[in-house]
Amino acid sequence: MSATTTARPPRPSTPRLALMVAEREIVTQVRTKSFIISTAILLAGALVAIVAGALIGGRDDATRVAVVGPVSEVVAQADGLEAVPAANEDAARAMVREGDVTAAVVPDGGVLGFRLVALDEAPGEVVATLSVAPEVELLEPSGTDAGLRYLVAFGFGLVFLMSAAGFGATIAQSTVQEKQSRIVEILLATVPSRALLAGKILGNSALAFGQTAALAAMAVLGLVLTGQDEVLAPLGAPLVWFVGFFLVGFVLLAAMYAASASLVSRLEDVNTVLTPAMMLTMIPYFGVIFFNDNATVLTVLSYVPFSAPVAMPMRMFLGEATWWEPLVALVLLLATCAAVIAAGARIYERSLLRTGPRVRLREALAADA
Amino acid sequence: MLRIQGVDRSFGDRKVLDDVTFTVERGRLTGFVGGNGAGKTTTMRIILGVLAADRGEVTLDGHPLQPEDRVDFGYMPEERGLYPKMRVAEQIAYLGRLHGLERGVAMDRARDLLDRLGLAERADDPLENLSLGNQQRAQIAAALVHEPRVLVLDEPFSGLDPLAVDVVVGVLAEYAARGVPVLFSSHQLDLVERLCDDLVIIAGGRIAAAGAREELRSAVGSTRYELTTTGDVGWVREVPGVEVVEFDGGYALFEADEAVAHGVLADAVRRAPVKSFTPVRPTLGEIFREVVADAVPEDAR
Repeated sequence: MSATTTARPPRPSTPRLALMVAEREIVTQVRTKSFIISTAILLAGALVAIVAGALIGGRDDATRVAVVGPVSEVVAQADGLEAVPAANEDAARAMVREGDVTAAVVPDGGVLGFRLVALDEAPGEVVATLSVAPEVELLEPSGTDAGLRYLVAFGFGLVFLMSAAGFGATIAQSTVQEKQSRIVEILLATVPSRALLAGKILGNSALAFGQTAALAAMAVLGLVLTGQDEVLAPLGAPLVWFVGFFLVGFVLLAAMYAASASLVSRLEDVNTVLTPAMMLTMIPYFGVIFFNDNATVLTVLSYVPFSAPVAMPMRMFLGEATWWEPLVALVLLLATCAAVIAAGARIYERSLLRTGPRVRLREALAADA
Repeated sequence: MLRIQGVDRSFGDRKVLDDVTFTVERGRLTGFVGGNGAGKTTTMRIILGVLAADRGEVTLDGHPLQPEDRVDFGYMPEERGLYPKMRVAEQIAYLGRLHGLERGVAMDRARDLLDRLGLAERADDPLENLSLGNQQRAQIAAALVHEPRVLVLDEPFSGLDPLAVDVVVGVLAEYAARGVPVLFSSHQLDLVERLCDDLVIIAGGRIAAAGAREELRSAVGSTRYELTTTGDVGWVREVPGVEVVEFDGGYALFEADEAVAHGVLADAVRRAPVKSFTPVRPTLGEIFREVVADAVPEDAR
């Protein structure tokens, strides 16, 4: 507005425009209270869960058993049982009644030479410990403990689901908000729609990735602090792959969210139009959790682009994937990602200025808007 | 000079622009008027490249417009819009950066403009906290932050209080004086009449009239004359070639061509002392109604 005529700045290149759009997305999002609070809760939650897990898991959980006289040796030799000497059989019974001990081992004239006394049910753990168990031979031993499998599947799936759904919704909201507030018309007069879409995906991917990285750092910190860092070793390589798959997989979903959201003009209409994208976000999560012990389904899921980001690192963690498999899956994912971005950009470009009722997908893809 | 040449545009089967051709001269304020749905917004969107034309082209100083040229355009769409939750100065600066300004320069310009538009105190508030009139001012700042070389404003005055209208009028005149082609649409015909050097009237997707305001005034519709004398002017109705529009004792408003009107004046002077004799140019509203009435029946659906 000043009277001086300044030199004309050149038109910023499309990548530079995309970066500016990404910067605005990040700054705007990081400043919102909901983002700050949810991130803080997420990080604190992860730390609390790990520390609490260590406290509960690490507690000396030997079962206290009252012993009378010579049978105390039987208990002393058994793992996981703590012998609490009792003066006589009556004293031991009293300790059982009072709940001081889980059971009492008292001398007996039988084959074993002792007998268990418990309150209202047979103390399974003590019985098992003091019994003689036959040798078990597994024909197909599982490489990894089932509980850990489930936990890792759950972890990878949950992190991916939360990031994809959370930031997918943010992308969708920001797209519709630009449409609803009509600023999109001003933007499109300056910025190519591709730069707008790229910036949105870039900004939100960076946020999703940053939040996930912070979460991972917090988890590692928690594990190291509580001395559980031995869990980390087998996770190393799969984790690196998870990061790679996560990035590409997230971009794929982000493009879908943005393109879907561009079809409607009001925030109230977003949910219906996002359903397909939502479903595709859920597949990896539930698929991998339900089928974490079914090798065939897991193999298929590890190649399907939408579930690959969770299923492939999972298979690698289990040691079931050969070295080339993640590469093939990653190439498939990248190809799908490129195709979806191309289609998404087309939909986005053609729907942004259409206000009013929802734009049909076919119209957006076909007609010259 | 911005020229729109033979532009057609259809939405589905509906043709909304049909061979639209007009120019926006440098250094002149060009008003763009037309009824609702006449095609003003579509035309402006095509000028800005937000919409593509089915046929025809937009040129600036003879060169077809490229996306790079449009970085110099200032645009205010009819459907107002900025980010509701973003701080005012920040988003004006953001738009400036998208137009190629450096971060610091963009922020300085944004603050200068907001100051000039009377929004300095609200510069760091989220837009949604501002009153509608102030949001409108912010919208104007958004169109001007990069010192555009071409201004296209769709209804820039709607929703503004008279003070803000004056500020905006001042800004537009300043831009025109710098040699910037300025095209703006408005429903407030009196305002357009007061401001514009040139006029473009669109009706039913076609340009019904375009040109300098004064030329249009004399070209469109017959000129009327107002005659007031101390005597009775009933006799005027009997003069061949005269059509009296209003008559009241010593007052007559009539349509006639220039020679006949002068004959009437000579006659009147002989009959009684003449108090006044004035040619009445049609107002923009009258021109508009006449032009649009001519144009619309052809398109009547």
